[in-house]
Amino acid sequence: MRAAIVVRPIDCSALLAEVAATSNGATVLFTGSVRASSDGRAVSGIDYDAYEAMAREELTRIVREAVERFATSHVVAEHRTGALSLGEISVAIAVGHPHRGLAFEAARYVIEEIKLRLPVWKQELFTDGTRTWVDARLDTRTPVR
Amino acid sequence: MTVRVLLFASWADALGARSVDLDLAADATAADVLAALSERAGGAALPRPALAVNRAIVPGSTRIASGDEIALIPPVAGG
Repeated sequence: MRAAIVVRPIDCSALLAEVAATSNGATVLFTGSVRASSDGRAVSGIDYDAYEAMAREELTRIVREAVERFATSHVVAEHRTGALSLGEISVAIAVGHPHRGLAFEAARYVIEEIKLRLPVWKQELFTDGTRTWVDARLDTRTPVR
Repeated sequence: MTVRVLLFASWADALGARSVDLDLAADATAADVLAALSERAGGAALPRPALAVNRAIVPGSTRIASGDEIALIPPVAGG
């Protein structure tokens, strides 16, 4: 298992190689990438900001949880930060498992928890020159009162 | 005591800095930090943040200690 916050491009082949084992009958790779439109507006790229020290710890926790819940040590996740262009991969998760069902479930678990918990923020850059911080307001997080 | 608060995303933009130093009472809480930062932001329309102390989200009642790593956490949007 491994988790990392990276500035460099994510190498999916390296992630797949990392989770490869002859005990695995299934390998799942999930990638999230920069999409060309958001709510009908044309996007030219995304800038990712992160609280790197906390994000690294939180991503490590999430990957460890997946390892424990889905009974495989072959889970690797990377989240990229900085300025990304259209189509570039911002997050990748590779899972190797003896069976496909739990491989899919583990990858799904990691990406959903990333969305909920990782202290990472994205600013969408639109082709008209404007930019907006995405406000994925989450009612699952207990606000500080 | 003086504490440094790390800022990110919309809050860093609004306050024009990646961190701010706050003078707090010795018995200050997380809620006091949030209140002080909201005041600095003035009327800016910003998403309601949480506060992380030593890289974990804490409730408002948490006491702040000198030397804590404090960060303002806007609603997260990774992936």
